[in-house]
Amino acid sequence: MTASDLRALLTRRREPALALLIVVLVVLIGIRAPFFVSIDSLSGVLTDTSILMMLACAEMLVILTRGIDLSLAANVAFTGMAVALLSMSYPELPVVAYIVSALLIGLVLGAFNGFFVAIIGIPPIVVTLGTLSMFRGLVFVISGGEWVNRHEMPDIYQMFPMETFLGLPHLLWVAVTVIPMFWLFMNHTKAGRSLYAIGGNPQAARYVGIPIEARLFMVYAIAGMIAGLCGYLWTARFAVAYTEIAIGFELVVIAACVIGGVSIAGGVGTIPGVVLGALFLGLIANALPVMGWSPFWKQAISGAVILIAVVLNSRSHKRQGKLIVRRDEATAS
Amino acid sequence: MKRIISLAVASAAIFASVASAQAQDVRIAMLVKNLGNGFFDAANKGGQEAADELGNVELIFTAPTAPTAEGQIEIINNLIAQNVDAIVISANDPTALIPATQRAMARGITVISFDSGIAQEGRQMQLNPSNNELIGVKQIQMASDAAGGSGEIAILSATAQATNQNIWIDEMRKELANANRSSLNLVDVVFGDDQSDKSYQEALGLFARFPDLKVIIAPTTVGIAAAAQAVRDEDLVGKVFVTGLGLPSEMAGHVDSGAVESFAIWNPIDLGYTATYAAFQIAQGNATAEPGDSIPVGRMGTLSIGDTGEAAMAEPFTYDASNVNDFKDIF
Repeated sequence: MTASDLRALLTRRREPALALLIVVLVVLIGIRAPFFVSIDSLSGVLTDTSILMMLACAEMLVILTRGIDLSLAANVAFTGMAVALLSMSYPELPVVAYIVSALLIGLVLGAFNGFFVAIIGIPPIVVTLGTLSMFRGLVFVISGGEWVNRHEMPDIYQMFPMETFLGLPHLLWVAVTVIPMFWLFMNHTKAGRSLYAIGGNPQAARYVGIPIEARLFMVYAIAGMIAGLCGYLWTARFAVAYTEIAIGFELVVIAACVIGGVSIAGGVGTIPGVVLGALFLGLIANALPVMGWSPFWKQAISGAVILIAVVLNSRSHKRQGKLIVRRDEATAS
Repeated sequence: MKRIISLAVASAAIFASVASAQAQDVRIAMLVKNLGNGFFDAANKGGQEAADELGNVELIFTAPTAPTAEGQIEIINNLIAQNVDAIVISANDPTALIPATQRAMARGITVISFDSGIAQEGRQMQLNPSNNELIGVKQIQMASDAAGGSGEIAILSATAQATNQNIWIDEMRKELANANRSSLNLVDVVFGDDQSDKSYQEALGLFARFPDLKVIIAPTTVGIAAAAQAVRDEDLVGKVFVTGLGLPSEMAGHVDSGAVESFAIWNPIDLGYTATYAAFQIAQGNATAEPGDSIPVGRMGTLSIGDTGEAAMAEPFTYDASNVNDFKDIF
C-alpha cells in the first residue's frame, strides 16, 4: 500500500465519524425536543442548509488549492441584490432568466478574484478580503441603500425556491443537482483531480504539467458562480433583498469546510465531508431555537459544539509523519 | 488707482466669502445605525426638509455599513475633526459611544440622540420617536386584536442587546401584567439578530415549540418580514399572525398575503425632521435642553424635555390593509 493510498483511506474515514456525530446530535436534540426528529422537521433542516452546503462545496475547491475565498458571502449579497433589482425592473421574465443572470453575475465576480489570484499572483486572502469590501460596497451603490421588498418582486421570482416538485422544495432540488456535479467534477475529471495535486504539492503539480494558473482561475470563477446562484436563492427564499444579506456568512462557510475535514493547508478534503460539515452546522442553527435556551447561552453553546466537532475530527485522524521508507521495509529493519 | 480698485474688489470678495461662509455655517451631522436602512433613509429625508426650511444648514448624513458601536465611534472622531456644529445620533449602543460624544461636547459640539438613545451623560437631549410605554402598549393591543383577545403570543426581537427593543419588550411585559390582558400568555422572547436566516429559524422554532401560538410580535424590520415569510411557507396564514414594528414598503407584501394583519411605526420623516430642527435650535443657542425646557421644532410643534433630558415626538401609527398601499412607496 502506497502512502497516497493510506492517506486516501484516512481521509475517507472522516465521513463516517462525522455522520455518527450528526446522528448522536440528532438523538440528543430528540431527547430534549422530540418533535424536532420528525421527517418534516428534518427535511426542513435539509432545505434550510441547502445554500450553506453549496457554498461550502464551492469554498472547498478554493481551499484545496491552498487559497481562501472570503468574498463568497459578499458575492451572495451583491448578486442577490442585483437579480432582485432585475426582477423589479423586468418582472415578466421567466424564472430561468433570473437564475442564469445570477450565475453569470456571480461568475464575473468570481473571475475578478481569479484574475488577481491566478494571473497577477496576489495572495488569495488579500484579494478576497479586498473584494469582500468591494462587493459589499457595490451592494449600496446599485441599490442606493434601499431594500427590494416582497411586493416589488414578481411572484415567480420569490415562489420558485419553496415550490415543491415530487414533495420536495426546489431549493433542495437545486442542491441535490449541484452537489453531485461537484462530486463528479472532483472525482472523475482531470481538472478536478488536479486540484488535489495543486494543493498537495504545487511544485510537483507544475512538473507534471498541470496548468496551475488556468486551474486557479477556474476555481475562483466556479466558486463565484455558485455564490451567484445562492444569491438568487437567498433573496427569493426570504422574499427580501436587504443590504446586509448574509453578513459574516463566509465564516460559517469556512467552518463547514473545516468541520467537514478540509485542511486549511490545502490538498485535503472531500465533497461528502463538506456536505456533512454543512449539515452539522445547519442542524445546530435549526435545533438551537427549539431548545428554548437563553440567547446568550446559544452563542456559546454553538461555538463549543463546533469546537468539539473539530477536536474530535482532528484527534481521531491525526496526520501521520511522512512515510519515507515503505512500511514493510521499516518494520524489517 | 487701479491698484486701489483691485484691492477694494479683493477685500469685497473676501468679505463676501466670509459672509457666505457664515450663512452656510451650521453643519449638522446625522449619524445613524447603519447605511442601507430604509427607516434612516426616510429620517434623512426629514432632516433634509428641516435643513432646507432653516436655510443656512448643511446636513451631513453618515453611518457605518454595519450597525456597530465601533463604526460609529470612528465616525464621531472624524466629525469632531471636521468641527461640525451638531451631531444627531441613533446609537448602536447606549454606553459605548459616551467617551466619544463627551469629547465632542467638550469641543462645543451639540450632541443629541434620537430613535435609539445614548445614556444621559453622553448627550444633551434624547428624542424618542414616541413614548416607549405607548409603543409597548400599541404592540400588545395589535397582538390582542389579531389573537382575538386571548391565547399564546411570542416576541421575535433583533439582537439580545438592542437598546430600544429591550425597553419595548419590558413595556410589553408591564402591559401584559395588567388584569385585562391576563388571557394573553407571553410564552417566549427569541432573538433573530436582524438577519433573515436566523430570524426565520427562530420563527420555525417558535411554531415547533408552541403549536397553539397565535401571534408573533416582532419589534424590528428584518424580524417581522422573516417571521411573516415563515408563516406563509409553513401554511400558517390565518392561524399565526405576525405584528410589530415595520415599514410600510417592507410589509405591504406580507399584509397582502394575510400573514400580517396590522403593524405600527412612527413616521421616520417626521423624526428626522424634528431631530435636525432641535439640534439646530440648541447649537444656535435658541434653546436649551434642561429638564422642563421646551424647544420649538417647526411644523412638529414644541418638544418638552422630561426629567432625564428626554422628549417624545408622537405616538406610533397603525398600518393595515386599508392604508399600507398608500404609504408603501413613501418609506
